[in-house]
Amino acid sequence: MTSRTTRKSRHTALGAVSLAAVAALGLAACSSNKPAASTSNTSTAASSSSSASSAPSSPSSGSPAAGGELNGGKDVTLTWWHNANTDPGKSAFQKVADDFHAAHPNVTIKVSPIQNEDIKTKIQVALQGTPPDIFQQWGGGALATQVQSGKIADISQYTQSWIGDLGKGVAGWQVDGKQYGVPYDYHVVGFWYRTDLFQKAGISAPPATMDDLFADITKLKAAGITPIAVGGKDKWPDAFYYENFVLKECPKATVTSSLDAKKLDDPCFVKAGDDLKKLLDAKPFQNGFLGTPAQQGAGSSAGLVANGKAAMELQGDWEMAVMPSLATDKDFASKMGFFPFPSVAGGQGEPGAALGGGDGFSCSTKAPDACAAFLQYLTSADIESQLVKATAVTIPSNGKATDAITDPTLKKVLAYLQGVSYNQLYFDQYLPTNVGNAVNDAVANFFAGQGSSADIAAAAGKAASQ
Amino acid sequence: MSVASRVGSRQGRSLPGAAPSTTARGRAGNAEARSRTRQRLELLLLLTPAVLLFVGFVLVPIVVAVYYSFYKWNGFGPLNDLVGFANYRRALSDTVFQHAILHNVIIAVLSLVIQLPLSIGLALLLNRNLRGRGFLRLVVFAPYVLSEAVTAVMWLMLLQPDGFVDHLFKAVGLGSLVTTWLASTHVVLYTLFVVITWKYIGFGIVLLLAGLQGIPGELREAAALDGATPWQATRMVTIPLLGPTIRIWIFLSMIGSLQLFDMVWIMTLGGPAGASTTMATYLIDKGFQSYEFGYGSAVAVILFIICFVFALLYQRFALRRDTAGALTRSVR
Repeated sequence: MTSRTTRKSRHTALGAVSLAAVAALGLAACSSNKPAASTSNTSTAASSSSSASSAPSSPSSGSPAAGGELNGGKDVTLTWWHNANTDPGKSAFQKVADDFHAAHPNVTIKVSPIQNEDIKTKIQVALQGTPPDIFQQWGGGALATQVQSGKIADISQYTQSWIGDLGKGVAGWQVDGKQYGVPYDYHVVGFWYRTDLFQKAGISAPPATMDDLFADITKLKAAGITPIAVGGKDKWPDAFYYENFVLKECPKATVTSSLDAKKLDDPCFVKAGDDLKKLLDAKPFQNGFLGTPAQQGAGSSAGLVANGKAAMELQGDWEMAVMPSLATDKDFASKMGFFPFPSVAGGQGEPGAALGGGDGFSCSTKAPDACAAFLQYLTSADIESQLVKATAVTIPSNGKATDAITDPTLKKVLAYLQGVSYNQLYFDQYLPTNVGNAVNDAVANFFAGQGSSADIAAAAGKAASQ
Repeated sequence: MSVASRVGSRQGRSLPGAAPSTTARGRAGNAEARSRTRQRLELLLLLTPAVLLFVGFVLVPIVVAVYYSFYKWNGFGPLNDLVGFANYRRALSDTVFQHAILHNVIIAVLSLVIQLPLSIGLALLLNRNLRGRGFLRLVVFAPYVLSEAVTAVMWLMLLQPDGFVDHLFKAVGLGSLVTTWLASTHVVLYTLFVVITWKYIGFGIVLLLAGLQGIPGELREAAALDGATPWQATRMVTIPLLGPTIRIWIFLSMIGSLQLFDMVWIMTLGGPAGASTTMATYLIDKGFQSYEFGYGSAVAVILFIICFVFALLYQRFALRRDTAGALTRSVR
């Protein structure tokens, strides 16, 4: 008996040591898979591109090119990772994939919907091995980093004839002037609010200035309503506040040059931090906001607003697509309103500057022509109108599809986006990933009462130099 | 990997240990040689798969991680920015990582001070003849069967502001103690410890119950005949005889505390403001989330060294007498 227990225990002990080793090596194991196959893939892509070069010349109305010529007519299965893991997006995207396959029987699209926070990690890991063939892409500095893997196809030659339909925003999916992805919708960040709760608190019009906002916070609190919900656990919703204050305090030229230099230390950035401090001191957020996720579950910030437990939330237009699955009140949408980030007195920021971005997809090097044809189909006016009607997409990238927006609130959001002087890409997406995350971390710490405005301003430069 | 070689050599030694006994019976010399060849073949056959797996999935990745850790590398593109020990210096001077180590140590110490006495107490209780013992054992063990992710999501819901736990506290008149369990930088780590305890206490109890089965009832009987009270018999006889099991539990618990990840990642992402960051969440945050694979590898190597050194020291000073005594007895 004794000997058996002890021998077993020795094995367990050894097992535990190797567990420690495995933990240490999770990283290495995943990263050791070097892109050996990418060169051969690229050459196939190049050879097949000539035969398929007629595909982009199909009419830009979006009707897919006749079947059989994509990927040189050979059968190919493309895996598609997107973040619409709940309906209506999930079924709408599935339908797009099925319809495309019907038009191009040799191209099969295998769809994998993945939750938004998860997909970011999964893509980064996949890019070190075999990436999916079509995958979620938010553009900017993160795209530039990913392009270094050599596993994202330059699809400029397939997109040039029709990419113009998608407006100026496509530049966010370019690196060195080459198209490495295609946006299917554009985003803009602003305050979503509950018209019913504003009414209850006796607020007649949404706030236009920070002073108005502070007054409304006081009124809402007096009425026993949580003024603002924020998903502090995920950090990026915190950063939205800081970034909006930066856009109010800093002129466009300073914002751009600072972001490009990865040094956010101009005095106006410190002022933005001070503005944020004033807002935090007003304690407008829900109880326990530091642990609240942005989109997961009814207790998330989106869920709180959708269920009338908080009056406002600073989020993108996508919130109207996130909320339906979290709301118990199926009529919540009629109670939602939208207003731009309030102005800051004395701010030097360009009037009409907005924070935003978009969702898009990149292609792997496996069958870039088929992938690009799929993205052309997806972003065509017809399909985007369909997606908008299915509420899978809020603001389509294709200008011709914006007519499909019927919801009066979303029409307001659209009008706001069309009227902005410039739509600054979210900082964490614009900056290289490690720098962007460092800024988010610093802002999240600030929300938790740690650090100063100067610390946030210093975070980017520090991360960039490491 | 010295642990591997020690196990290998010990098995190697124990097998030939049987050989002299066959010769002692006076078999012919060439038969002895043949049996030795056969033994070598057997060894080769039995050990090769394990050694290959161990080398391929443990040793090689360790070496590769160490290699990456000397580079500044974002995971893509060529490894060409050799920075020496800069990644290690950065990790050890980063207050977030220092706090992460501290958090791991706090969890480890709390496990020792709270989980261990609790496990022993409950195991002793469940070892007695009480009604519904089987059911109680099942109840205590059930959380261990759940996956970490399921446990984390479940507790995440229970611990939501104004959630089940808050209502429970209010219902029993402890409403004043209600706090934001996962959103307070002062409380979050201890909240996580409670969830970890809830999940893993069953495992400790089952381990200790197995140990208790191995203690002959006669010993307690003899102690009772000599006038020992039940408490004295437990303290002087049962607990010392549980020693080997307790030492193993401590070992597993310490390694588990040092590698704590899943539960923390799902419930808090290491936040708020890094108040629940562990070495493993820090590693994932930097390595995968921020594309700093060189730096992440350095953190991984530090985590590995801490676990490995602990394991070796613990083997050497705590587990050795258990294993040494038992093995020499079985060999002879």
